[in-house]
Amino acid sequence: MKKFQFLEHTADIKFRAFGKTLSDLYKNNALALFEVFYDKNVKGKENYNINVKGKDYESLLYNFLEEFLFLFDSKNFLPSKIISFKLDEKKLKITAEVSGDQIKNYNVNTHVKAVTYNEMFIKKQRSSWISQVVLDI
Amino acid sequence: MIKEKLKKIEENVYELPKEENMLVPGRIFFSKKMIETIEEDSLKQVQNVAKLPGILKYSIGLPDMHVGYGFPIGGVAAFDLDQGVITPGGVGYDIDCSVRLLKTNLKKEDITKDNEKIAKALFKKIPSGLGKGSRFNISRQELKKVLEKGVNYIIEKGYGKKEDLLYLEEGGCIPGAEASKVSSKAIKRGIGQLGTLGSGNHFLEVGYVEEIYNKEVASVFGLEKNQVTILIHCGSRGLGHQIASDYIKLMEEEYGFKNLPDRELINAPIKSRLGRDYYSAMAAAANFAFVNKQIITHWIREEMKELFPEKKDLEIKVVYEVCHNIAKFEKYNIDGKEKTVCVHRKGATRSLGPGRIEIPEAYRAVGQPVLIPGTMGTASYVLVGTKKAEELTFGSTVHGAGRVMSRSSALRNIRGEKIKKDLKNKGIEIEAGSWKSFSEESPNAYKDIDEVVKVVDELGISKKVAKLIPLVVIKG
Repeated sequence: MKKFQFLEHTADIKFRAFGKTLSDLYKNNALALFEVFYDKNVKGKENYNINVKGKDYESLLYNFLEEFLFLFDSKNFLPSKIISFKLDEKKLKITAEVSGDQIKNYNVNTHVKAVTYNEMFIKKQRSSWISQVVLDI
Repeated sequence: MIKEKLKKIEENVYELPKEENMLVPGRIFFSKKMIETIEEDSLKQVQNVAKLPGILKYSIGLPDMHVGYGFPIGGVAAFDLDQGVITPGGVGYDIDCSVRLLKTNLKKEDITKDNEKIAKALFKKIPSGLGKGSRFNISRQELKKVLEKGVNYIIEKGYGKKEDLLYLEEGGCIPGAEASKVSSKAIKRGIGQLGTLGSGNHFLEVGYVEEIYNKEVASVFGLEKNQVTILIHCGSRGLGHQIASDYIKLMEEEYGFKNLPDRELINAPIKSRLGRDYYSAMAAAANFAFVNKQIITHWIREEMKELFPEKKDLEIKVVYEVCHNIAKFEKYNIDGKEKTVCVHRKGATRSLGPGRIEIPEAYRAVGQPVLIPGTMGTASYVLVGTKKAEELTFGSTVHGAGRVMSRSSALRNIRGEKIKKDLKNKGIEIEAGSWKSFSEESPNAYKDIDEVVKVVDELGISKKVAKLIPLVVIKG
């Protein structure tokens, strides 16, 4: 199963992510975002913990992805791998640990300004999940 | 197809009739040629904006309109202060993404042989800030002063001259900004980014005045043929992005989004606590953006002095700075009565005509300078605001060319190395953070700036004053 796929968008970046489970779906969204930042190998020199909550599936996704933009800007952190990941579907909570490196060691592709709700969806199709996100860049 | 519903009112003006829950019609300012390629989704967004409470007259799409989030980019709407709303979706994530124009007493001939040297030196001096931070260090306390006092504060710290203040929109500080309305997360994202360009469509350009269309106004702005100019295009960086996102969340919590045509159009009544808080935080982000350009201006002055030591009387002065993504309280004539309204400009430039109190005294008799950056390697324009804009578009005009090609298709179809070579052949030296940012921002990915400017000039919502041609481009 494909993890994510980029789609055409005139001004910004749009992608779909896929997952057998909701948990995989959120993880694959993060991986798509990492690829937007930088599409080559990044060393795992630093780790950060992420704890986010949402009011619904979409806001949880928005808040989860936004956390990486925050770390990018405030800690100069380029994420590359998800070390651990736990989704609490009932409480709409994600606890994760990601590894990566300082941005200055790489010629990064893109600075993402924001995650948006534009055209965002998360839905179940037959037995798997699919989502769509547009990033403002 | 929404496009089929467009009714031509006159040359370059189309109406999108009121339907469903639209409170006012849409008004699209496109040429016949441009209507052929208008994006359906951007028209849908014009319709959605027309559904927001308290919207006045019509929901506007300017000639550089393309799909945004919530509002289209190139979208303008004004709201009644009592019935109306304020929405982060009408301002954008890059709050006060804006443009500043500097003029010099250098001539094109003085610098053409040094293009490459200038490009390299400025690229080194002005950081993109992409994960590398800024050379400009500031404490949290000082940052709060930047947010509330704007450019004045940083000039007191030695970054520029008092007279710079005279030539900035809002005098370089939007009143009502409150640092306490900015989250600690936003502060953390922005604190290391003052004095950085950022990436995307942001750039710094050294160019020259190739053509003057209106001698009288050009001389009021202090522009003449062959004069070297410098354009700075950047915004409020991570601080502004986080403020937008924070208030989208707060407004969702307070008001819910179930009845909205688009979740990105979440809003709060202008006079509500949350509406006022958002305005104060937005104004703080705008002040950050003003200061950001002031620091960059200071560094440009330092670097140019070093590059041209023989030019003892070198002067670099501010022509003007305009906001592109902002909500403002301004007075307009609505149905025969003067009324203060809240104008949202999302990817649009204020274009006030002669006499308006908001315009710097030196320019007040002719109208405000309107700065329209082209894309990497194409012309930029200086126009002047008009009374016609105050009548037709709540004192607004276009902000740039507007994208037509997606970033991914630009990447597939245009090679960065080739663009650099082509531009060099045209006499334009360019330095960028990566090949990728070259390709994504290729001139071919945008509408023809000349056509966009021609339409606004014909419409009279801003009039051409001068055309600037780039010689050196620095991209994040």
